[in-house]
Amino acid sequence: MVGGYAGKFLEIDLTSQKISETRFPNEILRQYIGGRGLGTRILWDRLGSKWEEIDPLGPENLFLALTGPLTGYFHGARICITGKSPQSNGIIGSTVSGEFPIELKCAGWDGIIISGRAEEPIYLLIDNEDVQIKNAKHMWQKDGKTTLRILIKEVREELGKRYAKHGVLKEPGILYNGPAGDNCVRVAAVLQKWSHAAGYGGYGAVMGSKNLKAIVAKGTGPLPAVAYPEKLEKLLEKYENVVLSEERDRVRRWGTGYAGYEVGADRSSEPIRNWQEEWHDEKSIGGPRFDLRYWVKRYWGDYGCAITCMKLAVVKAGPYKGAITDNPDYELEAYLGPNLGVFDAGGIIYLSSLIDELGISGINGGNLLAFTAELFEKGILTKDDLDGLEPKWGDVDSLAELAKRITNRKGRYFNILAEGTYRAALKISELKGINVLPYAVHVKGVEVGAHGIRSDEDYTHDICYACSVQGGDHTSTVRDAYDDMNTVFHDSAVYCAVIAWGGGLDGLDWEFLKSITGWNITQEEWKKELSHRIIHIQRAAELLGGPDLRWNPSKDDDNPPRFYEPLPSGPFKGSFISKEVIEKRKQEYYEAIGWDRNGIPKSDVLKRLNLQDVDKALEKIR
Amino acid sequence: MVRKVAAERKLWISRDYLKCSGCRRCEIACSLHHEGQIWPEASRIRVFMLVPGVEIPHFCAQCREYYCVNACPFEALSVDEKTSAVIVDKNKCTACGACIKACPGKIPHIHPKENYALICDLCKGDPKCVKACEKAGFNALRLVKEFPSIHRSLFARTPEDLTCDVAENLYAEKAEEVI
Repeated sequence: MVGGYAGKFLEIDLTSQKISETRFPNEILRQYIGGRGLGTRILWDRLGSKWEEIDPLGPENLFLALTGPLTGYFHGARICITGKSPQSNGIIGSTVSGEFPIELKCAGWDGIIISGRAEEPIYLLIDNEDVQIKNAKHMWQKDGKTTLRILIKEVREELGKRYAKHGVLKEPGILYNGPAGDNCVRVAAVLQKWSHAAGYGGYGAVMGSKNLKAIVAKGTGPLPAVAYPEKLEKLLEKYENVVLSEERDRVRRWGTGYAGYEVGADRSSEPIRNWQEEWHDEKSIGGPRFDLRYWVKRYWGDYGCAITCMKLAVVKAGPYKGAITDNPDYELEAYLGPNLGVFDAGGIIYLSSLIDELGISGINGGNLLAFTAELFEKGILTKDDLDGLEPKWGDVDSLAELAKRITNRKGRYFNILAEGTYRAALKISELKGINVLPYAVHVKGVEVGAHGIRSDEDYTHDICYACSVQGGDHTSTVRDAYDDMNTVFHDSAVYCAVIAWGGGLDGLDWEFLKSITGWNITQEEWKKELSHRIIHIQRAAELLGGPDLRWNPSKDDDNPPRFYEPLPSGPFKGSFISKEVIEKRKQEYYEAIGWDRNGIPKSDVLKRLNLQDVDKALEKIR
Repeated sequence: MVRKVAAERKLWISRDYLKCSGCRRCEIACSLHHEGQIWPEASRIRVFMLVPGVEIPHFCAQCREYYCVNACPFEALSVDEKTSAVIVDKNKCTACGACIKACPGKIPHIHPKENYALICDLCKGDPKCVKACEKAGFNALRLVKEFPSIHRSLFARTPEDLTCDVAENLYAEKAEEVI
């Protein structure tokens, strides 16, 4: 077996309850690596021929949870969740940190492929080779913290019996969804711990549609053997010297939470009141303010991570007493803070804690709440429409209630909103006879991350979301069809991208790949060939789309309408990116990556990459 | 009453659960050193996380009473004179579990693939877990040289027991709800 891989993937059909194992040829692994890359290949192989007909929330969709060869070795363990996305109808690779992938690999599995739909709520218990489907009725509709508490207790009791002679085992790794996922809310996340979420893609809803509440894994074996162990140990040391250097002190000390103030005040690229503005000078939020009042652990990490950008926040007094979450990190700080008109750290922690408990993605869900609040502000959605609720900017209680009602889908408009920002915007436009699409800040059904493009001061520029096969995902933005392929590597080798930030790694992650797998894959080969295969398949899936929505590149490879409104305030007042610039950059990107003028992957490019099947599938839309 | 005082200073790893980041690099360092592989369940130090945020590095407390050593029916356990660590003789150990039963903290555990108990041996006086922790500046683990104190046995507690205390410290009255 290739180093770093356990060698087999767990295959479960929930309809027939059949459990089996699958192996992939080394050549496929070398080409697609794992996580997002391999997931894309698996989805295309199995669903590609009927992609448009597959309902992401139907039993025919697949739910994939895949590790990569770097998972567990390159510090910052993650797992990649994918499937046909109920947000984009394409494929989104969505990663989440935590120890679940470590347990899974130690149990002898590289990943899990789930098809079908269970008749009743269930969870999967993976104990090394032994895999069982267990009843989850007693945790269905339960919030995240309760679900986790029940599972840890229940599974530890069972494993305690099985391993009585061994002594006390460490707790298992747990991947789960909250009530939002149970109710197939399209902004539902897949979670680990309390506040670690695979948010983009809406895969919590896919779990819910399969009646799958959680996957629990316990592995007592070692991580899979690697090709060059001595080299790996040296690399680990080298790597630690880089990430523990003083240059990373700020991100270690305050996580990404330092940015809540900075991104708004300095770069004018932070969402405020549904992106009506992107500048603020509110010193009430930002890392140090959270730190002094609320952080009970200033360095909180997942398996192997020395950076520990997570921090544990607890509100111990006042109206939000009892709220527990991470930092929040920048994205949630912004999306559940300024973007909702909330500039109070305690309130942001409360909303973040709640959103985690409901199993909603903080970014996608925060975007949806703000969209709703703006429609309320504009009088398009009324108190009557919202069954007496008045979601106002900065009103933490009403916004929290809004999140709860969307989660439960009870009430006509809450049920509509549970379809996510874009789908809700389409429906509300139809019902109200008013075009509300200008207020939907999404790209191809995926709510945009908390980094604006109008000031051009952030790392996010012009077409970074518009041309991304992951839509509004801020962790996988595009630029030149070459250097931007690094993010595809993070998601495919499956390790934390935060660690790769800040430079100084100088290709160290590629050396890890080599010493773990023994493959001599150069950055050049990845950026020009291997990653492009993944992107082309993701693009094909995205363009084929369906069944409810299809994307047209000439219209949909674009920014949200709001990004064409000049910034109304701050040092970059008046700034925006023109349609002409976007159109020019779009065509440059198409050319660089090998798509035709209509944004469809070119036949000769696909053939050169041996993607004849993808080429054939695209014939119908050329 | 005669108070027993140890004759010389011995090594001990002091632990601060509140400072543990949960990075588990101690497990990585330990298992790489002892097993040549990253192997969480074969690590002599294991970080339990029964509640998120409450990370408990769990490893031998070297109680002055050495309950485990005294309980071993096969004389497989001994105390290293230099370090005061418990040393497991793999050849004599039968994985009978008497040491686990005797330990107030249920700290020893059986190797997942082989037939002997795993107990921290202080890496012959140079514990790799401490180095990993100190390198990152967490200092949840620190190597100290001190006269073996009766205080050590206060750390021989089960992960569940320690979790309750630390959870209350972090989460106050919310702790009851989440455990």
